[in-house]
Amino acid sequence: MDYIYQPWPWYVTGPLITFVMFLLFYFGRRFGVSSNLESMCAIGGMGNFVDFFKFDWKKNTWNLLFVVGTIIGGFISYQWLTPDVTVAISPETIQDLSELGFQNAGSKYLPDEIFGSETILSLKGFFILLVAGLLVGFGARYAGGCTSGHAIVGLSNLEIPSLISVIGFFIGGLIMTWIFLPLIF
Amino acid sequence: MKNIKFLIIGVLFGIILSKGEVISWYRIYEMFKFQSFHMYGIIGSAVVLGAILFQLFNKGMIKSFDGQQINIPPKKKGFSRNIIGGIIFGLGWALAGACPGPMFILLGRGAVALLVVILGSLIGVTMYHSVKSKIPH
Repeated sequence: MDYIYQPWPWYVTGPLITFVMFLLFYFGRRFGVSSNLESMCAIGGMGNFVDFFKFDWKKNTWNLLFVVGTIIGGFISYQWLTPDVTVAISPETIQDLSELGFQNAGSKYLPDEIFGSETILSLKGFFILLVAGLLVGFGARYAGGCTSGHAIVGLSNLEIPSLISVIGFFIGGLIMTWIFLPLIF
Repeated sequence: MKNIKFLIIGVLFGIILSKGEVISWYRIYEMFKFQSFHMYGIIGSAVVLGAILFQLFNKGMIKSFDGQQINIPPKKKGFSRNIIGGIIFGLGWALAGACPGPMFILLGRGAVALLVVILGSLIGVTMYHSVKSKIPH
């Protein structure tokens, strides 16, 4: 039982993600999170402004329930399965982040410098999170998938479009991490 | 409520990404700094096992719960959409430290800041569908 409470190593987490993908396909569905964002826009009445969102989101109810499940899963793991929230990132990462002004890197899942209540109530902090989300949403639907649909399903299915997308994910991620983050923080 | 099983699969997914620290901003930063094998191991092992799984689907050795052949829907082709969309997504992924799945899992962990990220992502999706006829795919 003790293993449940420890952080799970990559060779446990990766295969379990494949298992989740298996369950979704076994039950006749697919594995992709970002399409739920479109359903949420449709539910929110965006069909009044952009015709695309007039689709029947009810056919995606199963996927929306999956998302509700992930929220519950996050709650369960936070409340009962993670007695120690430190993240054992590498010493080099802690060093690099401290040079960027991030204190106590890895002491919990998220840095206060980006997600803390004081930060999100500041104009700059709020704007950073909003833009980050905007890029994720715009990019995921432009590319036709996110980490689940492209990096996991698409690569597993040896899809060239997904390989191109994942290369794009990395180009964007490297530009942000190596060039923009030092300018922002 | 035959769909309730998808809620349970979602709970499982939320716990897995949580316990695997995939939802930690630090793990994403570390990945893009090439300072740990953790995230590469997770994605790599998921993809290798996924590729084997899909071969079993294709050969009909694993069928769906009702005995049907399992087909994986193909992704849309087009260089521009995948590379430009991918780069935009990657910029956001590295800044937020979260892709769409983790955004919701983190919300469940009580990180209310993710509401701002989710709001932004909904605006981004709306913007894409507003301008998609004018951008290259």
